Amino acid sequence: MIFTDLIFFVFSAVLVVSALGVITMRNPVYSALFLVLSFVSCSALWLLLEAEFLAITLVLVYVGAVMVLFLFVVMMIDINIEEMRAGFVRYLPIGAASAFAFMGIMIWVVGPVGPDVVGAEALQQAVVHGADYSNTKELGRILYTEYVLPFEVASVILLVAIIAAISLTLRRRPTTKYQTPGNQVKVKREDRIRMVKNMDAEVKE
Amino acid sequence: MVSLSSYLTLSAILFAISVAGIFVNRKNIVIILMCIELMLLAANINFVAFSHYLNDSAGQIFVFFILTVAAAEAAIGLAILVVVFRNRRTINVEALNEMKG
Amino acid sequence: MMNTIYLAIPLSALLGAIIAGLFGGRIGRKGAHSVTIAGVATSFLLSLYVLNQHVFNGVETFNGTVYTWMISEGIRFEIGFLIDNLTVMMMAVVTGVSLAVHVYTIGYMADDEANWPETSLAGKNSYQRFFSYISLFTFSMLMLVMSNNFLQLFFGWEAVGLVSYLLIGFWSVRPTAVYANLKAFIVNRVGDFGFILGISAIVMYTGTLDYIDVFAQAEGLSNQTMSIFDGSDWNVVSVICILLFVGAMGKSAQIPLHVWLPDSMEGPTPISALIHAATMVTAGIFMVTRMSPLFEFSEAALSFVMLVGAATAFFMGLIGIVQNDIKRVVAYSTLSQLGYMTVALGASAYSAAVFHLMTHAFFKALLFLAAGSVIIAMHHEQDMRKMGGLKKYLPITYWTSLVGTLALIGFPGLSGFFSKDSIIEAVHHSDIYGHEIAYLAVLSGVFITAFYSFRLFFMVFHGEERMDAHTKEHLHEPPRVVTWPLIALAIPSVFIGGLTIGDMLFGDYFGSAIFVLEKHDVLSQIGFNGGWAFVQHGFGGPALYLALLGVFTAWYIYIKNPHIADLAKNKFSLIHSILDNKYGFDKLYGWVFGAGSRQLGDKLWQHGDVSFIDGLLVNGSAKFVGWFSGVARQVQTGMLYHYAFAMLIGVLALLTLFVLF
Repeated sequence: MIFTDLIFFVFSAVLVVSALGVITMRNPVYSALFLVLSFVSCSALWLLLEAEFLAITLVLVYVGAVMVLFLFVVMMIDINIEEMRAGFVRYLPIGAASAFAFMGIMIWVVGPVGPDVVGAEALQQAVVHGADYSNTKELGRILYTEYVLPFEVASVILLVAIIAAISLTLRRRPTTKYQTPGNQVKVKREDRIRMVKNMDAEVKE
Repeated sequence: MVSLSSYLTLSAILFAISVAGIFVNRKNIVIILMCIELMLLAANINFVAFSHYLNDSAGQIFVFFILTVAAAEAAIGLAILVVVFRNRRTINVEALNEMKG
Repeated sequence: MMNTIYLAIPLSALLGAIIAGLFGGRIGRKGAHSVTIAGVATSFLLSLYVLNQHVFNGVETFNGTVYTWMISEGIRFEIGFLIDNLTVMMMAVVTGVSLAVHVYTIGYMADDEANWPETSLAGKNSYQRFFSYISLFTFSMLMLVMSNNFLQLFFGWEAVGLVSYLLIGFWSVRPTAVYANLKAFIVNRVGDFGFILGISAIVMYTGTLDYIDVFAQAEGLSNQTMSIFDGSDWNVVSVICILLFVGAMGKSAQIPLHVWLPDSMEGPTPISALIHAATMVTAGIFMVTRMSPLFEFSEAALSFVMLVGAATAFFMGLIGIVQNDIKRVVAYSTLSQLGYMTVALGASAYSAAVFHLMTHAFFKALLFLAAGSVIIAMHHEQDMRKMGGLKKYLPITYWTSLVGTLALIGFPGLSGFFSKDSIIEAVHHSDIYGHEIAYLAVLSGVFITAFYSFRLFFMVFHGEERMDAHTKEHLHEPPRVVTWPLIALAIPSVFIGGLTIGDMLFGDYFGSAIFVLEKHDVLSQIGFNGGWAFVQHGFGGPALYLALLGVFTAWYIYIKNPHIADLAKNKFSLIHSILDNKYGFDKLYGWVFGAGSRQLGDKLWQHGDVSFIDGLLVNGSAKFVGWFSGVARQVQTGMLYHYAFAMLIGVLALLTLFVLF
């Protein structure tokens, strides 16, 4: 018990610090890397919560795909770092104030003090599963039976995202050669073949 | 003692940090997108925590979908960012004020 | 059969009016006057026939509905006729005088084009228009007297007011005429306001507009009270009767709503004769008589009526003494005589009032038409100070005027004597509140009437000739179309009094048309032993001697010693100027109501309309929208983080709300 608590505190600390790092770093590449760190530590927390599949998915999908995408874009965009930071201090007070307000209220609602709106006190002990409990199997069982429709819809959403991203950013090089099968099929014999009787005379034309 | 409320508190802190990030960050759209990812992460932690303590897998299924949507949204957001950059040569948020009334 | 005749009487007059009015241009002058005279003559002959049937052949009272306009919550709005002896008398008088005036107008309006400027549109076909109007008036007055319910009464009431307006301002290019017709209509309107309040009270308390139904409930209503102001209790019948009488005050020109009648002399003389002597002004008297079942139950109303009438009779007569326009003298005389009729109504001698109405219609119309004849002869000169000695130039006019004047002052034997003396006796025997003052007023009124009537007579027809030479050359009696109506009206002025008084006043002529309570029945206290006895009785009372004194005084001042008049004017200049200013009524109304309304209108226009409605509400709301959108558009900065900020603050606020509640 104590050990898991310790793990929890360590990884939460890393999470919070790296989140702070995301928003305070001057260089956006650093921010992106800190975001990666926060995702990884969050993944560890989820392992503690016995959500193994999701933990691995977080690392694979989020860090592996989405964050890489972020890094691509950040590095591709040629930005002037100095002018990025101007105004940070000016807005810090309001940001900090609103952040503390948010935090204060939410912790008061859901946390150990204040009205126990979500009934968290009643849920002190969670069910700890045995070693042969397969989280993946459990998720798969539910996902493909009860939630199959949202699953399909999710795939459609991803399709839409692909199309949207491509159509927004695609630039064609004017000099690229490519085929248009529609025109290829429409070709007629007359367009391509010309019968020649007297080769010397007609070729010279 | 780690209980549900600790996880909920953690998620609240994360959310607040990302809100602060949106406020203080006026110059870089990319950071704003990253803060949105952090917010989604905070929500995900909530879901997983509840799923564990209520012994109900529905929370984790929902996280699945949130991940999907977050990925899609990140992709499209970045695509828009790229297009904006092509046209404006800057990702300063304050430069995007053409819709003013 | 009788139903058709009843319908035909007003409708033939209306038909004449419509044809002359709409097609006047096409049918020309001869066509217009022929068709209207034909219409009114038909009405007159049929009225005489109906009179004959009802009075002499004993046809019973007709009370029927011609047309039901609508029924709303049980109240019936209908057109209907109530033909009883009172109605037939009024019908005969109205159509008779109207016919006489129609014929007279042929002569009077013969050269009316001279009165209009060249380019005036209203001046085209003015002759036909006039005939159309007087026929229309006949129709309206007939509808009024033949009605059997308050709605139709009100319709006739308003219609005669309208036609009076049209006719007073007939020469609409004259500003004085326009001023006069507006004054007439507006003052009438004030009276009509009271009238319609009275009708509303009737509907409120009885739930019906029909005369007979209302009368049946009258006694019950006299025991009820209504509360007008907090805590005050008013007897229902008293309130109704006083309100109805306010309408009569407007129409019959009693003080204080009398101011329009003298100004109405701006209209052509035929209408002064028809409307403002014989018929329209008597509508009020007729109405009160018709409503006798209501008035009998309210002594307060009867006293009010009597006192108003007495004041009018006395004070208006006094003004007549100082007038120099011939028509104005006759106008004030009319006002005074209307006061007499009203006093009789107050004394519950309704039949005496209506009897005087009838005789007065004849001799006053005669006097107006005679005045008109003099005016025609004098080339439209109306100032008596420029007349004199016209006896030898206008003999027919002279003799008919003498008859009319003698009838007016109550010379024994002529019709005016019978009607006036009946009234004086009735007031003498009455015992309701105010009867002493009323008796004094009507008695002194006899002297005053005699004085101003013979002042007029002597100034116009006797004495030295004060007109200029040019006019004197052209003086001649007007054509027969003018003088025949004079003769036609002189005959009843002499005879009709003595012939009908027995039946009308002391017999059963009016029957159920007039209702008098036992305790108010003064006429039965007077007693009647035949016409001659009445004349002899008159020799015993003060009235005759007062009248003779008045004649003698007038003769002395205006024939014997003309300079006394000027002497008196200078010595009593204060009284003279009070009378000349008509007791200041006109000035008061002009200041308070005229100028007051104008000022009020100005203020309301300036502050209410321009500043408030236009400036604040209309333009103001537009400006407010503009200003507000100018402010609101600051929110749309176009800056992304402002929007994000707004979203987050919104979430924070919702969170707080969720936590707090």
